[in-house]
Amino acid sequence: MWTLLRIELFKIFRRPRTYIPFGAIAAMILIIQLGLKFDGRSYLELMMSSLSDSFFIPYNMIMNGYLVAFVILNTLLIQVPLLVALVAGDIIAGEANMGTLRLLVIRPVSRTRLLLVKFFASVVYTVALLVWMAVLSLFLSMLLFGTNDMMIARNTVMEQIRSSDVLWRYIAAFGYAAVALSTVAALAFLLSVFADNSIGPIVSTISVVIVLTILSEMRIPLYDNTVKPWLFTSHMLAWKGFFYSQSDGQGAAIPGSVENLPAILRSLVVLLVYIFGFVTAAIVSFNKKDILS
Amino acid sequence: MSPIVQVNDLTKTFKEQEAVNGLSFTVYPADIYGFLGQNGAGKSTTLRMLLTLIAPTAGEIRIFGMDLRTHRREILRRVGAVIERPDLYKYLTAWENLSLFARMSGLRPERRLLLDQLELVGLAQRVHSKVGTFSQGMKQRLGIATALVHDPDLVILDEPTNGLDPQGIADIRNLILHLSHHRKKTVIVSSHLLSEMELIAGRMLIIDRGKKIIEGRVDELFDPKETIVELDTADAADTAEKLGGSRWQAHLRERRGSKFLLKMDRADIPVLTNDLVELGIRVLAIQPRHSLEDYFLTLTTANQHVDAFTD
Repeated sequence: MWTLLRIELFKIFRRPRTYIPFGAIAAMILIIQLGLKFDGRSYLELMMSSLSDSFFIPYNMIMNGYLVAFVILNTLLIQVPLLVALVAGDIIAGEANMGTLRLLVIRPVSRTRLLLVKFFASVVYTVALLVWMAVLSLFLSMLLFGTNDMMIARNTVMEQIRSSDVLWRYIAAFGYAAVALSTVAALAFLLSVFADNSIGPIVSTISVVIVLTILSEMRIPLYDNTVKPWLFTSHMLAWKGFFYSQSDGQGAAIPGSVENLPAILRSLVVLLVYIFGFVTAAIVSFNKKDILS
Repeated sequence: MSPIVQVNDLTKTFKEQEAVNGLSFTVYPADIYGFLGQNGAGKSTTLRMLLTLIAPTAGEIRIFGMDLRTHRREILRRVGAVIERPDLYKYLTAWENLSLFARMSGLRPERRLLLDQLELVGLAQRVHSKVGTFSQGMKQRLGIATALVHDPDLVILDEPTNGLDPQGIADIRNLILHLSHHRKKTVIVSSHLLSEMELIAGRMLIIDRGKKIIEGRVDELFDPKETIVELDTADAADTAEKLGGSRWQAHLRERRGSKFLLKMDRADIPVLTNDLVELGIRVLAIQPRHSLEDYFLTLTTANQHVDAFTD
């Protein structure tokens, strides 16, 4: 299994197009960082306009690497699934299109194992993309903007997380994001089984993610308790929960606490069930599939 | 001698279309087994079923005495194949491609082993070139190298000479003969270049529309006394009318423009020449043909020759 995974990763990372999403992420992050570096105060004033009448806001202290990373993640974790779909949607269909799928299937490896390895490879790719994102958005921002306590605006409340209490939250958030993005990868992977070129699964995955995200964000009471809780897109942004702390009697954040951990874990389970469902369906379909490409 | 491949009553139906219909055949060790048929006859579908790329609708496939359904991995470990175009990873080098497929077959490829394979197919000088820069013939040879890298007992080559120039065709032919004669491999090779099959195949199977037409040893199936004679005349309409009314009507197999193909004993060629003169047919050329292609033609078009001749 390990040998097969290494082969798969070798194929992915020797392909020039693999690096396009890395480049895209770097470009987006640098654009945001540059904007905030030169005009961060205007951005903060705009974002905190509802709070500025009630509080004195120390903009210079708030604008630090942790907050910039939070802003970047908030912006990018909606778009990154589309980049993940580019590689995961290609992983089977691309081989069918190149004509190499038949060369793989006639090797003495079971189709189930072949598919599992390909899925794990796309998960590794997703994690690599996230690590890259973490390095640029968090560590580069820390270098450029420095570190300080992190201020999170929630409705009309401003929460302050101590500097020493921030890093683990990012690690947890990136871990959660890895699972969320793996769900998109699993969907693209499933659709990839049915196609003989990668355009179909990539576009289909992106379409499904966009439609379901819109449905998840819509405020229609009919859907709120019936459809939304079951959509994987409703749970993809639950990583934000790691930045919401429990507060003590005086309204200060309790270090190391998370306001609603059960909700995050529930979302995690929903995503894992989706991943399991998508991958199982892909394996069942692929085992029955006639390879005609 | 126990067979390497035994196929019984193999059938494949795609929706309403029957691609292979009740096909049975046997392949023996160290033989070169020619798998012949026109485009769409069901050759590739059959070979894909032998390699588990396509699941049969019905029938049984036994390879090395084992049932393919229950011993897939054990069988595929001993089989190497190139199906249709040898598509490889264009962004990888020849070496990387070969190494990758060796590992997938469970080998830890040593440098010498890979070099030997590349030398065998004449690509030792292009080891580190990307496959995207290769010609069709080079890709074909590298495809064969990937099929051979794990030293299989059975080699399946689907249309290996497709798209190759004459030198490329000769190279592949020599390679197949080498595999059978020197390495004692059993080779199943399909092609529609039937003249090539005649030069290399020991036994052959001819299929048409998914059904077996005939199977057996090439030297037994192909009677050297019988031949196809190609007759070219100055006035095709006049020739068609005169031959149609003569005793040669029963020998007519096909008409290709001004050319008529007749199946007959070689000994009767002088008699035909004489009759043509007596019938007043203005002959441009009479050319006996002696190839598997003509043999294939006589088998697969036997029921169509009348229509072809009288139009």
